[in-house]
Amino acid sequence: MTSSLTTASKGSKILGMTSIVGFVVLVLLAFFVTDPDIRFHPETGEEFGQFDAVRLLYLHVPMAIVTYLAFVVCAIASAGYLVKRTFWWDSMAHAAGEVGTLTCALVLITGSIWGRPVWNTWWEWGDVRLMSTLILFLLFLGYLALRGAFVSPQHAARPAAIVALIAVLDIPLINRSVEWWENRTLHQKSTLSELKIEDLTLFTLVLGILVSVLVVSWLILHRFRVAWLEHVEFEQGVKTAIEERRHLGHGD
Amino acid sequence: MKRLFADIGLITGKDLKIELRSRVLINQVAPFALMILVLFGIALDADQQSLRNFASGLFWISVLLCALMAISRSMTIERDDEALVGLNLSGVDPLAIFLGKTCAIAIQLLILEIFLGVGIILLYRSEVEDLLLLVSTGLFACIAISALGTIFGFLASGLGVRETLLPILLLPLLLPVLIGATRAFDDALGVAAINGWNWFAFVAGLTVILTSVGAGANHLMVEN
Repeated sequence: MTSSLTTASKGSKILGMTSIVGFVVLVLLAFFVTDPDIRFHPETGEEFGQFDAVRLLYLHVPMAIVTYLAFVVCAIASAGYLVKRTFWWDSMAHAAGEVGTLTCALVLITGSIWGRPVWNTWWEWGDVRLMSTLILFLLFLGYLALRGAFVSPQHAARPAAIVALIAVLDIPLINRSVEWWENRTLHQKSTLSELKIEDLTLFTLVLGILVSVLVVSWLILHRFRVAWLEHVEFEQGVKTAIEERRHLGHGD
Repeated sequence: MKRLFADIGLITGKDLKIELRSRVLINQVAPFALMILVLFGIALDADQQSLRNFASGLFWISVLLCALMAISRSMTIERDDEALVGLNLSGVDPLAIFLGKTCAIAIQLLILEIFLGVGIILLYRSEVEDLLLLVSTGLFACIAISALGTIFGFLASGLGVRETLLPILLLPLLLPVLIGATRAFDDALGVAAINGWNWFAFVAGLTVILTSVGAGANHLMVEN
């Protein structure tokens, strides 16, 4: 197999290795090095806080951020497709949408696991951020279902682009929901922007975000190349079929 | 502009005329709506008070399910015999096609809403406390559902799996409309002490956004 027919390149291998090393360091820091969240009540001296459950936030928060990023990339690529009408933009939108849906599922799962010990519930129907994130997940499931329903990716490109551009409007709603409906959510306001955390905790969270961006970029890159190779193979198949027909026509 | 309105009227009239002749709304969708109300009553095994409390939600879920049928039907009549191609070639503005079809679906949904409204009053013994809020919310929400339904109806119209794909695409986006309309109805039916007019404003805002998005992207959809 030649290098042009693989999804890997020297750059993507370096990106992949960096992602793996970064992820291992993140897991070590998040689950073994950082302290659990234990605070003491100033009057009673009683212990409270998130305890070991806080460690999940080093995965959950970065995952949420890269989900936004992946879907924004999907929307930009969709807009790019509607303007340029080239396969490159469509493949990029598809790759970002697919990886974003995966990370969005992980956000919901990790959030639910974290919510059980901290909020005493797996799921809270009244929480606006939870519901809007679930809606985003369902919207992109629809996006992928739409793409899968067409036999040819070319025909799926335009409707999928429109759906992506509509679906991405949910992201500002999710992001601002804790401000706009502060009495209808269990989520706190942005921890990172208000800098309520510090030192190793902050470092681990920032590292988590960086590693997640690397992992998602790596996944999108490979998914994009898979689509590109499929496209090249299809084009080559069509060319070969035309050539064969020509030879038949000439009696060769 | 005059031409645009004339074309919208033409498309709306065409769809409604087909609907009147085929009687799908009266013979199939309306009985389906009634069936949903009855099934909810049976499935929930609820007393009258519970049904009255849940009436708003049950009403709007019924409307959404019926809307899926109406939208699918509206797109089927364009798909059969390549009618949409003929419509495009006729020189009618794609914006008029989008708005005309939205109006036709909205009118059908309004008729269904009236039918379902009578249904929840008779079957669930709901009492209307604010008729204006009820009517305004019903009107705007049905326009929002129709506009979004037309957008996605066009997007999925070329597919054999349209009937299964349409709910997956449409329902998540209609959730905000469902939430807003249900809350406004809760107030209008006197089952919740909330300000229903705030929720009405939310639904009206969504209606404007969704109709504008559809109108803005009409050529992309109709081309499809």
